[in-house]
Amino acid sequence: MKIQPKQLLRQLITWTALLPMAATVLVAYLGTVLWSLKVSMSNSRTFPSDDFVGLAQFERLFDNERWMLSLQNLALYGVLFILACMTIGFLLAVFIDQKVMAEGALRTIFLYPYAMSFVATGLVWQWMLNPGNGIQQAVRLMGYEDFTFDWIIDQDKVMYTIVIATVWQASGLVMALLLAGLRGIDEEIWKAARIDGIPTWRVYLSIVLPMLGPSVATVFVLLSTAVIKLFDAVAAMTQGGPGTASEVPAKFIMDYLFGRANIALASAASIVMLLTVLALLAPLLYVRSRSKRQEADK
Amino acid sequence: MLSMKKSAFAGALALSLAASAQAAAPKAEVIHWWTSGGESAAVKVFSEAYTATGGVWVDTAVALGEQARSVAINRIVGGNPPTMAQFNTSKQFLDVVEQGMLNNVDEVAIRDGWDKFLPETVLNVVKVKGHYYAAPVDIHMPTWIWYSKAAFKKAGIAAEPKSMDELFAALDKLKAAGLVALAHGGQPWQENTVFTAVLANVGGTELYLKVLRDRDSKAILGDDFKKVLLAYKRLQGYVDKGSPGRNWNDATALLITGKAGVQIMGDWAKGEFTLAHQVPGKDYGCIAGFGPKSPYIIQGDVFVFPKTTNAEQIKAQKVLAGLMLAPATQVAFSNKKGSIPVRTDVDSSKMDICAQQGLAIMKDKSRQLGNGEVYLNPDQNGSMSDILTTYWNKAVPVEKVQKDIAAALKN
Repeated sequence: MKIQPKQLLRQLITWTALLPMAATVLVAYLGTVLWSLKVSMSNSRTFPSDDFVGLAQFERLFDNERWMLSLQNLALYGVLFILACMTIGFLLAVFIDQKVMAEGALRTIFLYPYAMSFVATGLVWQWMLNPGNGIQQAVRLMGYEDFTFDWIIDQDKVMYTIVIATVWQASGLVMALLLAGLRGIDEEIWKAARIDGIPTWRVYLSIVLPMLGPSVATVFVLLSTAVIKLFDAVAAMTQGGPGTASEVPAKFIMDYLFGRANIALASAASIVMLLTVLALLAPLLYVRSRSKRQEADK
Repeated sequence: MLSMKKSAFAGALALSLAASAQAAAPKAEVIHWWTSGGESAAVKVFSEAYTATGGVWVDTAVALGEQARSVAINRIVGGNPPTMAQFNTSKQFLDVVEQGMLNNVDEVAIRDGWDKFLPETVLNVVKVKGHYYAAPVDIHMPTWIWYSKAAFKKAGIAAEPKSMDELFAALDKLKAAGLVALAHGGQPWQENTVFTAVLANVGGTELYLKVLRDRDSKAILGDDFKKVLLAYKRLQGYVDKGSPGRNWNDATALLITGKAGVQIMGDWAKGEFTLAHQVPGKDYGCIAGFGPKSPYIIQGDVFVFPKTTNAEQIKAQKVLAGLMLAPATQVAFSNKKGSIPVRTDVDSSKMDICAQQGLAIMKDKSRQLGNGEVYLNPDQNGSMSDILTTYWNKAVPVEKVQKDIAAALKN
């Protein structure tokens, strides 16, 4: 059968419409990744240069104490942040799902932190956590004179303050996404569970949560990218301090990119970050594509 | 009478400059990071002087030095350069020079005799391979030792400390009196400042140059440098618990209110005292260093002139390079900025006693030294700052710090 000219035209239009997107992906994403890779293997300082030094920058990177500490901090932060966000976000969603009064207002309140720039709210957190004029001082003035809450100036605990502040910001988003998932659960399931006399918490844990799988996966991906690009919270709250105790990779990259005029080392660091992201996401994508294929086979 | 004559002379100079530039009104776009109150007042001195020559000053102020410099570099690379852009008196713009992206201002520098009046340290920075690529506009001294007279009185300290030992004794007394002995803002650059002060005052000029200029690993691993590091760490014992993350001006406020005794900070701190209506010599004291040979550390700002073939822009660049270094402009600018002029042949009577003290030291060439960024590239300087801030905040063996610094300065 001959292809109808109309059909051909339609196909052509579709492809033309996709062209800008394809060009953006090729040039702006893949192109810049390759460019960074090239720079990371050169001796570039302020400007990119063409000489090739192999993996020397990567060697220097992994010899750098601050970089290694940044990676450790990020791992600790990532685990705590994702766990706390998921737990609190899920509980908030369940709470709102109970058809509470003023649901709209509550939803807005919980989601609001996410709508504000962390540059501003981070500063407020810094003030609140500052032992001299924040929460510690307020509680002491209320009469509890031995109360101490000085984590933000403590070498070993400063990362937890970043976790607290960013969880406050991001759990509203988790709530919104999971709430949408909860609302998609069929009423019949609840009715059936009620007839069987299963306690509510058990229904949530054993029936509803597994059904929320896709929503949870989306939330996990979103939170993971937030972990990798963590910068604004640290910059606003601690500037990486005290000392280098709350340094994170994104800040390391920014420092070397501009202030320290070493774009080669900064590029090497960003390539390492990219590989980390790929290593984390690749298994997830693989599992997803396999389950899709299985479904298609059925 | 003398100063009147001088200002009349400056007026005539401005007029003659105006006459020479009257042919056109060249537009000059300037990128800088002077955004705080005192700083904008200072940059206005330049913009007014330029407007007086018949030019049009287009102000592109970008908050934060790092940000402003990356904007400038991006615009230079992108082919849309400003007429001039601010950098520090440092190696920050060396890469830009090597890429051939700057115009030199040799004509102005030779006409005005920059070689004769600029301090050698500054001259070495602006002059690359025999050409003048930057116009220096101010000299800041980052390691002044400020002290609150009220706090000293409360702690029973009668006289100004004259040596490092006396300083430690004073700090002990302040601590015993229940005051914050050393007002310190726990941010890496401020720790770097304290270290620079200790290196200059405990180590002395020779060791200072060996470590920062020659990057001599023998000196860095040696006993003298170890003493410097130990003294630096010892100072950490005098800060209060709230110090980490504190801004420098909040630390200065502790001195102003008499809650703290001593702060090691650049001469920009003077602006804070002045805002609080405190007078140097009466409410607070300033110590440039200990002993008759203590060095004056030079840190400062320069303007570079991006490459262009536009004749009008080149003319504007030359006019700017000339007028910013004129003696009258220099004094007016410095008074607003809190710095001292880049030339010592100016009328110092209008400056405060700290600036006068600084200018007097500057007259002795052997006492001029650059701060870290004058000798080290931004990368080395940053790595060193990481090591120093870690040492300040954590228990690290001093030998490891020596080894780390030697390694960081090697490449």
